[in-house]
Amino acid sequence: MNHERIKEKLEILADAAKYDVSCSSSGSKRQNKNKGLGDSTGMGICHSYTEDGRCVSLLKILLTNVCIFDCAYCVTRKSNDIKRAAFTVQEVVDLTINFYRRNYIEGLFLSSGIFKSPDATMERLVRVAKKLREEENFNGYIHLKSIPGASDELMREAGLYADRLSVNIEIPTKAGLKLLAPDKDHKDFIQPMKAVKNSIDLYKSEKKIIKSTPVYAPAGQSTQMIVGATGESDRDVMYSANFFYNKFNMKRVYYSGYIPVADDSRLPALGTEVPMMRENRLYQTDWLLRFYGFDVREILNDQHQNLDMDIDPKLSWALRNLDQFPVDINKADKRMLARIPGVGMKSVHKIISARRYRKLGWEHLKAIGISMNRGKYFITCDSREFERRDLTGIQIKNQILLSGASKYSKNFTNQLSLF
Amino acid sequence: MNELLQYDGSFNGFLTAVFDVYAHKLKNPIIQKTSLAQDQLFGEMQTIITDQDKADRVFKKLKKLCGSNDFNQFYRAFLSEISGIENTLLDYCRITFKNGTSPSGDYGNITVLKMSQAAKMVGREKHRMEAFIRFHLIEEDVYYANCEPDFNVLPLISKHFKNRYADQKWIIYDLNRDYGISYDLEKVDEVTIQFNDPRAQRGIMNTGVVEESRFRESENNYRDLWNQYFKSTNIESRKNMKLHLQHVPKRYWKYLSEKVA
Repeated sequence: MNHERIKEKLEILADAAKYDVSCSSSGSKRQNKNKGLGDSTGMGICHSYTEDGRCVSLLKILLTNVCIFDCAYCVTRKSNDIKRAAFTVQEVVDLTINFYRRNYIEGLFLSSGIFKSPDATMERLVRVAKKLREEENFNGYIHLKSIPGASDELMREAGLYADRLSVNIEIPTKAGLKLLAPDKDHKDFIQPMKAVKNSIDLYKSEKKIIKSTPVYAPAGQSTQMIVGATGESDRDVMYSANFFYNKFNMKRVYYSGYIPVADDSRLPALGTEVPMMRENRLYQTDWLLRFYGFDVREILNDQHQNLDMDIDPKLSWALRNLDQFPVDINKADKRMLARIPGVGMKSVHKIISARRYRKLGWEHLKAIGISMNRGKYFITCDSREFERRDLTGIQIKNQILLSGASKYSKNFTNQLSLF
Repeated sequence: MNELLQYDGSFNGFLTAVFDVYAHKLKNPIIQKTSLAQDQLFGEMQTIITDQDKADRVFKKLKKLCGSNDFNQFYRAFLSEISGIENTLLDYCRITFKNGTSPSGDYGNITVLKMSQAAKMVGREKHRMEAFIRFHLIEEDVYYANCEPDFNVLPLISKHFKNRYADQKWIIYDLNRDYGISYDLEKVDEVTIQFNDPRAQRGIMNTGVVEESRFRESENNYRDLWNQYFKSTNIESRKNMKLHLQHVPKRYWKYLSEKVA
């Protein structure tokens, strides 16, 4: 193996793959068998973090950055004048195995530019996964990118070797997609998602009858959309995400703040700041939908089309629904406890468990780890002292913002700072 | 009046001490590792001799009353080696033995809360070691890693590495506590290594590629490729060192291959 050449390919093809945000390596059920290499059960592990703070758990690379498409938002687009490279199947297998043996990674995330045709590309991706599983007895995590337009038959085969399959929806609205990726059709994204969902359902129901049925994409499928490239509202983004969660049983939807990579009049100019705060608020909303029992329409609707940037979406919801508060910590059900600003799911479980022994007061709540700064306006507990004044939502918000020290607060003050 | 009980630092030693507290009906004992013990001006000192039989009796009783979940927390909290944790755990035993059941989830009780917090810290360190261990192929077929975890987590991670690397021999060595775990394709054993290097230089396994001659070329190549990958996958326009340091505190850097300058 020619070290310098491989290193150069890695430089090009890891760099091109870094805009794919998915890093999850959890939720699979692939136990180490026959004393092979690797194990992917339950929790994934982030082995390192990049300097931008994102987790590194998988070897995330493109098979090739040669592409026949010309999507405006993509570094790999045909018209971009960049160095091109391609790994061989064996090179990807060797890198994966050797990185895994040194405990650098949980497995492989393999994507690709589309060369020749969607099927030719997908076929090559599947070959890598097959070789890892069958020749190397590898039980680590494999995430394969589905190529839009690939045949159902190839998608079916991919799911037999991969833990997760995903196809990126890229742009949250159809109109936006038409503008930035005229060669691509919304249907081409949806079709592989449908194929994967159907196969997952089919294999699951077969498994109930025939025990030896192989597992199919045990960690499910995910998708990603770029935020801030086409002027869509947060409501557009989250309704679209909600559609994928419900319709295709997505395990995750990822949101990727647009990083200007092209000088194109249809896009925000080069040097435009990456909307990190917005991205963060979208993820918080996503968690509220998946773990806190919120309906997307409670958080975003016609009256409230965009998320607040200065406060988190749960606090924002609570301030608009003050009639549901204060909540009695010692009596409220799980659903309502989870809706208190400053109280996370772990605290909810601790409260429920601790109040079986005694009534809880402020001291207990503080010790458990509840954020009192936000929580105190929304709670009553076993203590006489509570916020008695009838504060309006705006007053509460101001008090919270004044007492907090958000690292983003400087973005929201009117104070000029010269130095 | 406090009685000071000194034990050897092992889990069985601690359980023996708990047994003796009950056997001698001690009211206000302080249980402490021999290596940490200080002279108490007032009070008696007693050295606990680890007794497998006594330890087993406490272990069985406790495990029966606690159930595996709470017992795991108890054991993890012990591995934290936090000063004074022994007395928190002794309190926990007292509550459990008195009530005939463990105070599971009583987070309003300071003993329960302290124990669960210590267990959580140890759990986090366990997870970090599963993430930050970096193996180096040192001989024909042995993968070796140094570490210096904040808490004594090797007993907790051996199963993870045994399951994951079932087909390769490996050693993970805790330089702080001077012992390691070693897997020979069959089982995991505890080992101690006689190093030739002075203590401060034993982390040398992770210095830069150029001056490092103890690796074979292929080993250096993979370390180099991993470094390249780490660099290429970073997005400069999103740089956030504060977040980075939160995830990868500096004290772990010296054994992370990708952090070698």
